[in-house]
Formats: sequence, C-alpha cells, structure tokens
Amino acid sequence: MSAITVADERVARVGVLKRLLLKPELGALLGAVLVFAFFAALSEVFRSASGIANWLDPASTLGIMAVAVALLMIGGHFDLSAGVQTGTAAITSGLLTTYYGVNTWAALLISLAVVLAIGFVNGYLVVRTGLPSFIITLGTFLMLQGLNLGVTKLVTNTVQINNFNQIIGYDVLHAIFASEIAIAGARFQIAILWWIAATILGSWLLLRTRFGNWIFAVGGDANAGRNVGVPVARTTISLFMITSFAAWFVGTTQITRLTSIQAQAGFGQELIYIVAAVIGGCLLTGGFGSAIGASVGALIFGMTSQGIVYAGWDADWFKFFLGAMLLLAVLANQYLRRFAELSRR
Amino acid sequence: MTDAPLLEIKDVTKTFGSVISLNGISTTVRAGQVTCVLGDNGAGKSTLIKILSGVHQPDGGELLLDGRPVKLGSPRQALDAGIATVYQDLAMVPLMAIWRNFFLGSEPTKGWGPLRRFDRSRAIETTRRELADMGIDIRDPDQPVGTLSGGERQSVAIARAVHFGARLLILDEPTSALGVKQAGVVLRYIARARDRGLAVVLVTHNPHHAYPVGDRFLLLNRGRSLGDFAKGELSLPELTRMMAGGAELDQLAHELERGTGAVEREEAAS
Repeated sequence: MSAITVADERVARVGVLKRLLLKPELGALLGAVLVFAFFAALSEVFRSASGIANWLDPASTLGIMAVAVALLMIGGHFDLSAGVQTGTAAITSGLLTTYYGVNTWAALLISLAVVLAIGFVNGYLVVRTGLPSFIITLGTFLMLQGLNLGVTKLVTNTVQINNFNQIIGYDVLHAIFASEIAIAGARFQIAILWWIAATILGSWLLLRTRFGNWIFAVGGDANAGRNVGVPVARTTISLFMITSFAAWFVGTTQITRLTSIQAQAGFGQELIYIVAAVIGGCLLTGGFGSAIGASVGALIFGMTSQGIVYAGWDADWFKFFLGAMLLLAVLANQYLRRFAELSRR
Repeated sequence: MTDAPLLEIKDVTKTFGSVISLNGISTTVRAGQVTCVLGDNGAGKSTLIKILSGVHQPDGGELLLDGRPVKLGSPRQALDAGIATVYQDLAMVPLMAIWRNFFLGSEPTKGWGPLRRFDRSRAIETTRRELADMGIDIRDPDQPVGTLSGGERQSVAIARAVHFGARLLILDEPTSALGVKQAGVVLRYIARARDRGLAVVLVTHNPHHAYPVGDRFLLLNRGRSLGDFAKGELSLPELTRMMAGGAELDQLAHELERGTGAVEREEAAS
C-alpha cells in the first residue's frame, strides 16, 4: 500500500493563478474590467456618478434574471419563456388591480402564483417527457406571448395597461421596487441593491447548500445524481420556479417603475439572459458556471449598451458588439478552462 | 464473523416483456467475503445488480437481508438498508470536485432553518481522511473528478460507499475499462473493503480478476445460473472454462489454431 500513499512526484503543485483560472467567472471579470476601461477612456460621463447610475440600471434588472437563468443553465436547462414571464407577471398584476379592482397585495400574490405555476409546468413537462427544455419552453414562450397580447387586448382594447400608480398601496410598492437612492449627486435605482442581493443569494445557494450541489449534479450528469439519491425531478422543477420568481420580481419592478406595461413586455429578453449567463462562464451543456459570473455578464451588457451612447456612436451597433462579446467570452472561457485543466493534471 | 449470510438471493426471476432476463438465480453474500458474479454480455449481470440496488423489483423469488425477507423499492431504500452500488459509470459527475461528488446526495449540513447549509469544511476534511484511510492519495479534493484516472475514480467511488456505512458493496465491472496495473490497484481496494468486514458483490466478466479476490462464484449464462460455487470447489482454469462456455471455447481454440496453421502454410509457400 505504501507505494500508493506516497505523494505522486509527477504532479506539480497547483499554483494560485491556475486555481483562479478554474473559476468560471474569471473570464467575465477580466472582460468587465476591459469594457469599463475602454468606455471610461472614451467618455468622461461614463465614469461619472450619474453615468455609473445610468449603466448600472439596465444591468440590475437583467442581472436578477441572469442569476436565476444561470442556476437553471448550470442545472442543464434553458427557459426561453423567462422573458415573456416578466410580462405575464406585470400584466396579471396590472389587469387585476386597474381593471378588476382586486386588492393590490392579493393581485401581486395571484400574479406570483400564476408565474410560479408556469415555472412548475415548464419543469414538470421537462422532467416528465425528457424532451429538451429548449423545445418545451419554446412552446410556453409562444403561448405566453400570444396570451399576454390576447388577454390585454380583450380586456383593455389596447396593447398596454396604464395607471398602475393609481392603485392603493402604490407608494409602498414604489419604495420596494422603484425608489432611488442619491449617492454623490446621482440617483441610483433600488433595483441595483436587489441585484446585488440576488447575486449573493444565488451564489450562496449554488456553492454553500445541498441544493447547490444538486444543481451541479443535475446539470453535470443527472443519471449519476439519481443513482446516489439526488432528487433530480424536484431540483429541476425548483430551478424553473426560481426563474419564474425572478421574472415576477423583475416584471413587478417594471410595471411599478413605468406605471404602465406593454403587452409585448419582456419579449426577446430571454436570449439576453442566456447571453449574460454564458458570458459569465456558464456552459451551454450544464454542470458548470457561476451566479457571480452571470451577474458580471449583465454588468458587461449594461456598460456596453450605455457606453456606446456615451461614446457618441450609433446605438444600432450595440447588438453587433454584444454578439462579438458573446463569441469572445465563449472562446476565452473555453481556452482558459482547457489550459487550467491540462496544467492541473 | 457470523456464519449467517448477510444477503441471500433465493430463486430470483425477472422478466422484461417476453424476455426472461433472470431465471431462478440463488446465491449468498457474507460479511467479510467477496461474492463474484460472472457471466458474458447479456448473461443477466446488470439485471441482478439493479435488483440488488433497488432499481428493479424481482418478479419471483426473494431477497433475505440478515435472514429476513426485504423489499427494495428504490435505490434510496437499498442505500438505507446498507446496500451501496458502485456503477460502471461510477455515479460521479466529472465536472464536480471530488469532495462535492463524495457527498453528493448525502451532504452534511450545519445551521438550521433557511440558514441550513452544506458543511464544506467537514466534507473536504472527511473526503481527504476517508481516501487516505483507503490508501488513496489525492493531491487536492477540489480537483474535478474528470481529471482523475479510471482507477482513481473507481477507488474514490468505493471509498465513498464504504464511508456511507455500506454493509454490502456491489461493484459493477470495476476493472473492465482499466489497464493491468490500475485493475490491480482497484482489486487491492476491494480486498481492503472486504478486510474491513464488508460484504462485496463483484460483478465482472474477467475470471482472472475474480478468482484471486473472490470467495464465492455465481456463474450466469443467458439469464440462468451455471452454478454457485465456493472457492474450494473450483479452480481458475475450471472457472475460465465454464465462463467461456466450455465446449464453445474448445471450438474457438480449434478454429484459431486452424487459422494460424493456414498462415504458416502461406508463409511456407511464399
């Protein structure tokens, strides 16, 4: 036995740098620093307090969703309906309160129950049928898109719901979801705080709890997980419902902030969430990724979307940059991981 | 060591549709002993494992655990009864760290209520200690399992089963994908687990791996038992012959001999 217990002389010590390289969020962090430096050099406004408040704003609501979507992706699944679910949540709350006079809190609870049910159905169908979540949620995505528009038109005869600020308790809602905090003369949205909270919570859940261990297992090798007693179905369904909860939170933030909601709200955002998660180091095949990374991915999105404007360029170019960054991030992550894995052997 | 068997398999039968996968299989497994299940592909080895680990339920016959009939309705129930299975695919997630894999599905926690969390330091420490106890030296418990060699992975899986209080360890073809040296390492761990008083069911199609470590041999062929032997009743050449189907092996040897003969003749002619 002694031959085995002796340390293997062929293995070099693993350095701190290589340990860092194995962290999924490292690529995104480097990218964020580069993007920040780039736009900060181009525009003075970009690096001012009001500028920062301005680009943190789109990053925040996106970031809350990206964290949830990242957990789901690490668990091996997509949710293409995540974007329109923000719309469904806001439209349900809006219609119930402004058109049917339902108590504000009851309406919020009902809309939460509705999207959680959607998340449950997504997860249940995926678990039950074994079909790719891409197809299942593409189905719910299209259905919800039609439902959002159809129901809104049926009830209001228009494609938007207004006057959300006239409901009882709007002040409280505004304080929770849409208030602003003044720092250094700039007004920061409270959603930024919720975003940070979501990142910490998501990261804690992923790295420090049993549930987090199950997420990695379900995405990495569901069968292996099942064989050692991981509740695969429950974990998967929970992940879809967490995504739905995030969608409810972001949808409520939107309708509170804008006091109105478009029937098309959230449409097209589902891919942006996935982009943020992938930039943050999530593997499309599941089993690997980080909540912090997804958050940083959202930050890069926010900085780029506003930075282009501050740099004085045509905003039409934004999508081009986003796409290029996605490709770069995926390549860099793949390269870093391979390098780190090889040097570790 | 008591003489009563830990697990007794009595006349177990399993059918899938019209296919009879197992037909009247019986054997015994004792603590501190290795029972080998041998057979060619399609002999029913996998079905037997799945019955013992609670994945499938037998259609006929029964399992006696400590002399009492037992129903294993799910893998969880089998685990709770102290029956741990190390599958061929090892039930490990390659992208996950060793210590995460080690405790997968049975994570130790600390704290309570919403603050109940995975006790990481305990998990890492226990993983390191348990592996060292089995004589496995891992450089870094944080290393992904995917970076380990086949033998190391197998050993981690065995150490995991031992740690979680398995009384009966079922190993599904643990040496099949390994080189000679790595297979030797794994066989040594099996012997080590046996010496700790565990009952081991070793499933393999390699009599050369089974014979040195085994105490009892159950031979399967096309779902039927060819016999259930104690080590003293059987020699390695006999075991090998029975496994290969006796007469079939003679036929094969005959064919191969003729083949070389033909080559020799060709060489002589040229």
